Amino acid sequence: MTDPVLSVRDLRVRIGRREIVHGVAFDLQREQTLGIVGESGSGKTMTALAATGLLDTPGAVVSGSSRLAGETELVGGSARLLRSVHGSKIGFVFQDPGTSLNPLLTLERQITESLETHRKMTRGQATTRALELLEAVGLPDPQTRLHAYPHQLSGGQRQRVMVAIALACDPELLIADEPTTSLDVTTQAQIIDLVRELQQDFGTAVVWISHDLGVIGQVADDVTVLRDGQIVEQGPILDIFDEPQNDYTRELLHARPLVGRAEPAPAPNDAPVLLRVDGLDVRFAVTTPVGRSTVHAVKRLSFEVQRGTTLGLVGESGSGKSTVAGALTGLVEPDTGTAQLDGVEIFGVRGAAAKELRKKIGLVFQDPYSSLNPRARVQTAIDEPLRVHRLAKGKRARRARAAELLELVGLPPSFASRYPHELSGGQRQRVSIARALAAEPELLILDEATASLDVSVQAHVLELLADLQRELGLTYLFIGHDLAVIQQMSHDVLVMRDGEAVEYRPAAELFAEPEHEYTRALLAAVPPARPRAAV
Amino acid sequence: MTIATVETTRVASWRLLLRNPMTVVSAAVLGVVIVVAVAANWIAPFGVNDVDVPNALQPPSGEHWFGTDELGRDVLSRVLVATQASMRVAVVSVAFAVVVGVTVGVIAGYRGGWVDTVFMRVVDVMFAFPVLLLALAVVAILGPGTTTTILAIGIVYTPIFARVARASTLSVRVEPFVQMSRAMGTGNLYILARHIIPNIAGPLIVQTSLSLAFAILSEAALSFLGLGIQPPQPSLGRMIFDSQGFVTMAWWMAVFPGAAIVVIVLAFNLVGDGLRDVLDPKQRTMIEARSKQ
Repeated sequence: MTDPVLSVRDLRVRIGRREIVHGVAFDLQREQTLGIVGESGSGKTMTALAATGLLDTPGAVVSGSSRLAGETELVGGSARLLRSVHGSKIGFVFQDPGTSLNPLLTLERQITESLETHRKMTRGQATTRALELLEAVGLPDPQTRLHAYPHQLSGGQRQRVMVAIALACDPELLIADEPTTSLDVTTQAQIIDLVRELQQDFGTAVVWISHDLGVIGQVADDVTVLRDGQIVEQGPILDIFDEPQNDYTRELLHARPLVGRAEPAPAPNDAPVLLRVDGLDVRFAVTTPVGRSTVHAVKRLSFEVQRGTTLGLVGESGSGKSTVAGALTGLVEPDTGTAQLDGVEIFGVRGAAAKELRKKIGLVFQDPYSSLNPRARVQTAIDEPLRVHRLAKGKRARRARAAELLELVGLPPSFASRYPHELSGGQRQRVSIARALAAEPELLILDEATASLDVSVQAHVLELLADLQRELGLTYLFIGHDLAVIQQMSHDVLVMRDGEAVEYRPAAELFAEPEHEYTRALLAAVPPARPRAAV
Repeated sequence: MTIATVETTRVASWRLLLRNPMTVVSAAVLGVVIVVAVAANWIAPFGVNDVDVPNALQPPSGEHWFGTDELGRDVLSRVLVATQASMRVAVVSVAFAVVVGVTVGVIAGYRGGWVDTVFMRVVDVMFAFPVLLLALAVVAILGPGTTTTILAIGIVYTPIFARVARASTLSVRVEPFVQMSRAMGTGNLYILARHIIPNIAGPLIVQTSLSLAFAILSEAALSFLGLGIQPPQPSLGRMIFDSQGFVTMAWWMAVFPGAAIVVIVLAFNLVGDGLRDVLDPKQRTMIEARSKQ
């Protein structure tokens, strides 16, 4: 048997006095994919960077061993050695395609750079190779795209270019760190297929890092489950999926959203309509260097939500779903259309009527890190709606109400005195929900409220939202991109694309028999329950 | 369900500040300067205008630590009281600049649109004037004196604060937590006071300490030119001006007020640098890592 492409033994990372990664070990063979799965903070990225000598966190000390092709020791390797290996023998694809490419260089320059350095190609040879690579990663019209700049590409296209750059020098090893996490589901499916195809063609070994076991199931042959820098379970993908030995692995498997796994509690019969939107149309004026243009974000959208039910609004980035939330909360000015909440007109109201309306519509955003003021304690955050709408008189009343709300979202009342940076992502999102509930809204708009949480945390927050709906009779407008999550939460579903509703039906019907081709494409892109290896 | 407790890795800003020896020393020096400035009239060994002509132009001695000037006045006492005068001018004028500049900048940045355009064009015009030229104009209108100096320096430093405040406000204004407040129906005043101001305070604090240093220099320059603080009240710039005729025979008349200016300006600058390192999130990670090693 040949030497493994990458052989890692007892890899440890220390920062200051704290050990972050505690002795990770694995072997990776040619043409194989190792999936490293874990929640944020589990040390999965740090493990991959330390194993390949790319870790440059100040003060980090790496020990153990990581051998490339049985000979080159990467831990403690000289800068010169690492330089000769990075890009030529090891390629990298990172999460954010927006910042991983240099905005000032054309695609051609970014791809040919490593070819000229490592393979000593001439400019002409390198350009020919760059063209081949762009063709291989399926970028439309590669000849023209050679001279394009990153901003002229979509997120998915940029990630394709990242893959092309990573594979430019025919590396033996590809490190893919959450390469599809910031992409739409359909784009994610394309990138997964792309990497698999290229892996077969080039025989590359891949380390694929993700928090999502569904994605790992689609790509990996072996899986390593990491928690707090420690391996909790390691083995072939089928064993992990079918016979998980560890409770934590079971929890991760159970937490991942799957189509057809869960549905919300049945909607109350004959519930009155709470929100009615009719012919909503929103255009944005965009100023670009070449002049002003208009983006037609939402096109004549109509829908209604019954009291005590959830409408799932699903679509990919740019579909206009967040604009709908903005219009309903007064952050965006609609062009035409009407909307009533409980018979009261929403658009175009001013003054006291507008304030009353803001009280009735609660909002929770996607990013738990930026939706709380970093300089205000949790108590202050929850105080705001109470003060603005004069709901609790005096400090003591507000404190009592905050404690009540925190308890409602499953946090201890002592959290009121904490600052956001002292909370985890899931806890912050709970605080956001508590704040949104403070004014006792009739409608809660959840704009991708769980999208940036780890799957296990997401499962808990979804559970909480379902409980709250049952207990308080809340009405949700649940905006998301993940059909499995939408199915779990929604009574009705509206699928949006390019500002238009392509399908709007009761959830049960839509998931049983999707009518529109786009809905079917979205459904097909959700990672299935069984890993690909089992099919 | 378990509630995990997140370990706080963020260190309080002032603690990080104390890890930089240069900042600690300069802050200590600044503390001494402030104490001296406040207590100048009590600790000065002689009256600032006690003329003692027979003892004129005496070199530093046990009795007169910094020597005496051409009228026999004690240079130490005059430096102490002049420091007080300079600090007062610097603090009041920068306070003026902070209040006016931040108000203008925050309103322009938060409100946007034509308000922003009008405010910032005015600021641009103010920015285009050289410090001394503007001060000259103010003095020409109001006549020389302490108030005039404060006004002139205050006006000159206002645009800097307006720009810093506006730029920071522009980036905080679009943060989701501000959007969220607007969606909750929160009024603009609450948003400004609770969300915007606390989040733009960092760069403004840094700018304040750096501006204080420059204000001391500007005051000295204006007084040197005879446009600032007027005799008989002593000022550092004026003392250097007065020493010109005697510099070959009485070096102490120029050196001590000059040294006072250097020490004050350097202390403000170094404290400002230290603050910037701590309050700038990008630099902060570097320092935290460095001090952990």
